[in-house]
Amino acid sequence: MSDPMDFLLWTKGPAFEWAIAIFALGLLARLLEIFVIGRRPNYAEPRAGEWGPGMRTVFTRSIADPGTFKSAPFNVVVGWIWHVGFLIVLLLFIPHLELIKSLLGFAWPGLPNPVVDLVTAVTLVALVATLVHRLTHPVKKRISTVEDYVVWGITFLVVLSGYLAYHRVINPYPLALGLHILSAEIFLILLPFTKLTHIFTTVIARWYNGASFGRRGVAS
Amino acid sequence: MSELTLERGLAALRAEIDGPVAAFFSSCVHCGICATACPFYVETGDPKYTPILKVEPLRRVWKSEFTLWGRLLSTLGLTKKVTDEMLAEWEELIYDSCSMCGRCSLVCPVGNDIQAMVRKTREGMVASGHAPEGLIAASVRAIQTGSPMGLQWKTLQVQIEHVQSSTGLEVPVDKAGVDYLAMLSSMEVINFPEYLEAITKIFDHAGVTWTLSTQCFEATNAGIQIGNKDVAALLVQRVVDAAVKLGVKNVISPECGHAYTAIRWEGPNLIGKPYPFKVFHIIEVLDELRAAGRIKTEGMETDRLSMHDPCNLARKSGVIDQQRNLMNLVADNFVELKEHGKYQWCCGAGGGVSSNERAEPLKLAAFKRKKAQIEEVSPARMVTMCATCRTQLEEGLEEFNMDIPVVGLTEMIADHLVEKA
Amino acid sequence: MTKANKTLGESLREHGVSRRGFLKFCAATASMMALPPSMVPAIAAALEKARRPSVIWLSFQECTGCTESLTRSHSPTVEDLILDVISLDYHHTLQAASGDAAEAAREQAMKENHGSYLLIVDGSLPGPDSNPGYSTIAGISNYDLLMEAVEGAAAVVAVGTCAAFGGLPAANPNPTGAVSVMDLVKDKPVINVSGCPPVPMVITGVLAHYLTFGKLPELDQYHRPKAFFGQSIHDRCYRRPFYDKGLFAESFDDEGAKAGWCLYRLGCKGPSTYNACATMRWNSGTSWPVESGHPCLGCSEPRFWDAGSFYAPLSVPTGANGGTILAAGVTGAIVGGAVAALARKQVKAERADRQPVTVDELEQKL
Repeated sequence: MSDPMDFLLWTKGPAFEWAIAIFALGLLARLLEIFVIGRRPNYAEPRAGEWGPGMRTVFTRSIADPGTFKSAPFNVVVGWIWHVGFLIVLLLFIPHLELIKSLLGFAWPGLPNPVVDLVTAVTLVALVATLVHRLTHPVKKRISTVEDYVVWGITFLVVLSGYLAYHRVINPYPLALGLHILSAEIFLILLPFTKLTHIFTTVIARWYNGASFGRRGVAS
Repeated sequence: MSELTLERGLAALRAEIDGPVAAFFSSCVHCGICATACPFYVETGDPKYTPILKVEPLRRVWKSEFTLWGRLLSTLGLTKKVTDEMLAEWEELIYDSCSMCGRCSLVCPVGNDIQAMVRKTREGMVASGHAPEGLIAASVRAIQTGSPMGLQWKTLQVQIEHVQSSTGLEVPVDKAGVDYLAMLSSMEVINFPEYLEAITKIFDHAGVTWTLSTQCFEATNAGIQIGNKDVAALLVQRVVDAAVKLGVKNVISPECGHAYTAIRWEGPNLIGKPYPFKVFHIIEVLDELRAAGRIKTEGMETDRLSMHDPCNLARKSGVIDQQRNLMNLVADNFVELKEHGKYQWCCGAGGGVSSNERAEPLKLAAFKRKKAQIEEVSPARMVTMCATCRTQLEEGLEEFNMDIPVVGLTEMIADHLVEKA
Repeated sequence: MTKANKTLGESLREHGVSRRGFLKFCAATASMMALPPSMVPAIAAALEKARRPSVIWLSFQECTGCTESLTRSHSPTVEDLILDVISLDYHHTLQAASGDAAEAAREQAMKENHGSYLLIVDGSLPGPDSNPGYSTIAGISNYDLLMEAVEGAAAVVAVGTCAAFGGLPAANPNPTGAVSVMDLVKDKPVINVSGCPPVPMVITGVLAHYLTFGKLPELDQYHRPKAFFGQSIHDRCYRRPFYDKGLFAESFDDEGAKAGWCLYRLGCKGPSTYNACATMRWNSGTSWPVESGHPCLGCSEPRFWDAGSFYAPLSVPTGANGGTILAAGVTGAIVGGAVAALARKQVKAERADRQPVTVDELEQKL
């Protein structure tokens, strides 16, 4: 890593391959751990099927019920803001779409850069707010572990480094872009071994929840 | 003589790991929203009662033994272990501050069924010898005497005779081939004897053939409360044996919450096969009779009434509309609590909490959430369909000097039956 | 033959360049180097008196593009004059002599001007551990030629990306073991004028600075003059407003391309490239790649040949493609499957082996 260009090419070359390999291996392992252990048969007579209610909960659980919204407004509102912001930046920023196209073979239309830029700024502020909340709210303080803060850190770094690179605050640019790509690679490597797995397993958990309650006749 | 050990507790926890558990723990992001749905946290403000924290023993076993990363860390000795000290500390969290009401399971943003995981974690607690005295005693009594409160048939017989002489109707006992085998809860028999009289009258009115069984009359399941499938299976098997012996098509679970969950949902899995009969809660039966036009009522309760849905009935079993249909039959001033049905708030006494003397203060604290709900609506009386909920409501309201009587729905229906010609 | 006796001022006057024309050149040089107008008299005075320095130009593994760039002009320009007023004592393409006579001229110039000649190098050269036979001149290896010439040089100018960073010969798999001038010369000032080829005026601007001030201009971390390499193409590109607005050409000749929109999606490396193309442009300011509709290749940056396809956007990884992900996924599935199967076996065993809890055991706890 003798110079910024070498650093950038390393992040775009071997580092990327390793990150993707570890990510795929770890994630597949986790998904299979869930599905292969599976569930025991359920002999109780069901009131309804599982698939419909399961799929329903996958979607409806994204919307907080009125009671939860009233008692946990920060979690609900700020949670939505930063997640949606993160997804917009990840999936609707043209340079990211080119990356996706190179990996999947297809992509979709994006948003104008200044819009993504604004969303990124909002996301960064929201993320900082979540850190403060985690450090100060009694429940979050009690149940949080080192992992929660490390995951916050790497998530924040990914967004921040991208923002700084876009605005060319760090020079030269190959260094800035390399830092952003490296932080995303670290994110990918950490993903399967931390709570970041929720990105992929939330759908499964919600389905199991909806199925279990749906079987008993309750839309959860 | 074999004994309960940490090793057996860990083995029990391992046996409880399944796909959903793995998905749930993979998805928890420590957002803490589950705490906002738990009356034990909401009314004490103590974050240790956060629902997901209650199942930490289960999580540690899953993480260190059932995940790739966890196994790697274990070999390096870097995972958090489950110890006797930890389980002793967790006893309060799993039993005293949790009624397995399932509200947390309904609000978790990533879809974690925390209640189900509490149930699973209790298996580990019992097998390692860390369950509350009250629940252990109830389980032992239930197995040895047939009733968690030690109620004997001869005491029930006295009540049967009282009902027969009061109503002039027969209370069938050990009748084979009838439509329904009715189960009872000891709590109900002792505290709310009007239930037996009510169903006697209603079934006679509706022309339903039914019976009690001397072989087994207890619906409640201490094994479910304490969270041990061996005790639970034994108790369910007794119900199954009695039903099979009498050749009945349907079994009725009484005005109780966990008894219904035990027989309706857990039972077949405890014995490892489906039942040769159907299971209903009394409220389901009554509503079906109402819909078929077999219940004729007259007159209405005119005072302002509200209703408490038992968690095991509403949120955990989907019996929500039925009680409302029945209410509307006999009440013309029925007003709902603001959060009702599947989002109702637990009374605080279910899931074994009321059998756990040590949990009294917490039980009362949790009740304050219900109290707030009731105060918002200011009913003259509360209606419910579970003996434990009813006892908790009565005791709680009295504790706070609120003069609001509590009445069972079945007895209210019975009070309005049109007299047979 | 050296003509090192006339001063630059004398030479220019001989060529009919008026005082006014000369001062205009000095002003242009000053502004090119981002020097204030107040420096113009100093530049004029220095250039007036400057003796024509000897310049040895060594060409190694190169394509001669840098020389072509330098000499590309259609009418006498001041660049030509500058070239006339340096004593270009050795240059393969431009010199009249050849063979032994050429080498003799070189050796003589080096001897006569020992310690004061300017050494210009284009092309990369096989490193000391490589087979010298890959590139020799008059039987002498590039490496020996360079080290001998550097010894008596006042400074070294590495012209073109090959000389500055290794360039094309050093691209994967680098069969000749090519290295850059910078890799070999540690004890003399080295200035890199990268680009493939460099902008002509950048070369002459550097020379003008050296002639004026007798030292090298301010350099960046890659030893390139900041005056020309201090800004990225992206920051000076006339199409930047389209990037900022998010308007991109998606394929060559599509509507966006015809409208002159940003070429990021066609592989433009402008954001990570530092050069003067966007402002100074080529062919005396006629145009430059982006203006003619082609994405910037990033040719003034190290290892630009190995930095991924010229037509792949900057955000695309160089190595991975769908195949890598598939392979990783399959491995993951196998490993994961094994782990999961083990877990399932474990759970099943626990369930089968479990010792039921008995009343006696419970009673012990009362």
